Amino acid sequence: MSQQKRVLFRSGWLPWVLLAPQAAVIGMFFFWPASQALLQSLQQQDAFGLSVDWVGLDNFRQLFNDSGYLASFRTTAVFSLLVAVLGLGISLLLATMANRVVRGAMVYRTLLIWPYAVAPAIAGVLWLFMFAPSIGVVSYGLDRMGFQWNHLLNPDHAMALVVAAAVWKQISYNFLFFLAGLQSIPRSLLEAAAIDGASPWKRFWTITFPLLSPTSFFLLVINVVYAFFDTFGIIDAATQGGPGKDTAILVYKVYYDGFKAMDLGGSAAQSVVLMAVVVVLTVIQFRFVERKVNY
Amino acid sequence: MKTSLLAASKAALLAAVLAVNSAPALAQTEIQWWHSMGGGLGDWVNDLAKDFNASQKDYKVVPVYKGAYDESMAGAIAAFRAGNAPHILQVFEVGTATMMASKGAVVPVGQVMQQAGVKFDTAAYVPAVAGYYTAPNGQMLSFPFNSSTTVLHYNKDAFKAAGLDPNKPPSSWPEVAAAAAKLKASGHKCPFTTSWVGWTQLESFSAWHNVEYATKNNGFGGLDARLVFNSPLHVRHIENLANMAKQGLFVYKGRGNTADATFVSGECAMETGSSGLYANIKKSAKFSAGIAPLPYYPDVPGAPQNTIIGGASLWVMAGKKPQEYKGVAAFLQYLARPEVAAESHKRTGYLPVTKAAYELTEKSGFYQANPGTDVAVTQMIRKTTDKSRGVRLGNLPQIRTIVDEEMEQVWAGRKTPKQGLDEAVRRGNELLERFQKSAKL
Repeated sequence: MSQQKRVLFRSGWLPWVLLAPQAAVIGMFFFWPASQALLQSLQQQDAFGLSVDWVGLDNFRQLFNDSGYLASFRTTAVFSLLVAVLGLGISLLLATMANRVVRGAMVYRTLLIWPYAVAPAIAGVLWLFMFAPSIGVVSYGLDRMGFQWNHLLNPDHAMALVVAAAVWKQISYNFLFFLAGLQSIPRSLLEAAAIDGASPWKRFWTITFPLLSPTSFFLLVINVVYAFFDTFGIIDAATQGGPGKDTAILVYKVYYDGFKAMDLGGSAAQSVVLMAVVVVLTVIQFRFVERKVNY
Repeated sequence: MKTSLLAASKAALLAAVLAVNSAPALAQTEIQWWHSMGGGLGDWVNDLAKDFNASQKDYKVVPVYKGAYDESMAGAIAAFRAGNAPHILQVFEVGTATMMASKGAVVPVGQVMQQAGVKFDTAAYVPAVAGYYTAPNGQMLSFPFNSSTTVLHYNKDAFKAAGLDPNKPPSSWPEVAAAAAKLKASGHKCPFTTSWVGWTQLESFSAWHNVEYATKNNGFGGLDARLVFNSPLHVRHIENLANMAKQGLFVYKGRGNTADATFVSGECAMETGSSGLYANIKKSAKFSAGIAPLPYYPDVPGAPQNTIIGGASLWVMAGKKPQEYKGVAAFLQYLARPEVAAESHKRTGYLPVTKAAYELTEKSGFYQANPGTDVAVTQMIRKTTDKSRGVRLGNLPQIRTIVDEEMEQVWAGRKTPKQGLDEAVRRGNELLERFQKSAKL
């Protein structure tokens, strides 16, 4: 961060004009809906919007008096951590491998990027089919090996299922960035280390990994946001938050209450809480994790 | 999405061209009808509209499939907020209280009929069906379109293999457990399962035994109704099911209607579920299946009373032109015609809407030719009591989800039946309080 280049504009209005398109997009797709959510979180309305009543912080009070909601924080933490760590770990491994492939590299890459094009709900259904108790391919195989798979009643199995589906779907995205990061690492550095006798393992941890840290950091932020916000489709399709509420992460409840139960006030209050959580998490990441990043 | 948008814009263009070309000659009033009937049932809905359109010249009913029940309802709500709701909306029975509470958004069917000058006799309708959609003052709020009820489906071939009499299905819960034990002994991995746990094991169970599911006549008497399905009888039933689950006699197959597929495939030998499953079984099952009345506890006085309905009704949305309402009334009147309603009943397995339709079906010999199809009807064509008329509570879809969540803990052995039911009642009542608050505003 030491040597910053500053570009100076002579004119006063040009920078604003150049910023305008981006500002408009952010305003329309982020600030406007976010402010709507803030507004609605203070209201209670019936399904058709015929009556709107200002209820102050009632929606929030209700939320934090609900033990199920508080438990869902823990579920969300476990889920997000697993998705981020597994998602990053596996895709880094795959990217490192794919980077070494000489023949047919395009084929590998295309195949690995493919799942990204799959809609979350479809990913959920896909994994659900494989793991459906008694008829799914995987659960049938597990059954034959003497392992009773039942995500309908076993919370650990259910969590494993949604984590697997969420990770599988995000791996492509992570892979793409890791691969690009790997390819931008100068060959000369690695060759010099190799000549000095560093093992591939050593080379990876002392050269490749530190040089990948900006990418990894970026992906960490993206993956946490993904796990927090983008996974309700998978959960809805695979477990609907069950068994009990054991896979009902925060965003799933936002989706359920808002779109299935049509309780807009309660749902908006939850999304405000969720927004606050992610802001705090992102600040923490930038404050503490970013220090370890070499640009 | 894109293709449908494209198709829609094409259709709009076409409609505009047609309108310009033939505006004065064909002043047909269009009636938009949003529904949730996919697959074979979608064909049924389209045929109804087609036949109605062919039967007269003034109105044209346009059925539009809008996804599953909750999706079409959410879609219609969004459309209403944007000022372009359909004329007729099909709403599932658990959405009834929400629709009723939204007085400015809907017009009672009784009022639509009256203002259109259509002769409309609520007494002609099957009470247990129409009663659900009728206001305390006797006015019919929505038109009972497709109603099913809870029955026991059983696999006759599996019964034979287990040494059970395939023509003598279990009628009580102790008999269900005994039959399940025999099925298990014969090597069956899933002797008994159920779909819609909340609907079959608590809501319909309560009406069948003539006990309250919620106070205030299950919500018919006011918005301050509260759940009471943790009575000793309910606890006894859930304990019974939990014991069956422990012994592998009852196998839980998931929420909603996911268990249906396991019965149709032959994996599970008995299932309590919707009578509407009949058409599907007839089409896909590779075994001989039977339908029996919902089991009950014979020692409970007043049981069996009647079961309650599932399915959906047609609501008329507010803010349309008088001429359009006339068309809506004409269409609903058409649907209630004995021959039309009887044909719908035979085709879909849904309950007949009117008594005349039932009698017509009976006369045609349909029930003799298709044994079991009358089970649901006889369960419903009875005089209902205040406790058995149905369950009309706000936020009922969410209450069913709560029941699912708590019962999953019970089947897994992590909560006792009493704990699970108590917790479901407590959580459900919170929702009811919330609904009462928002509906009063």
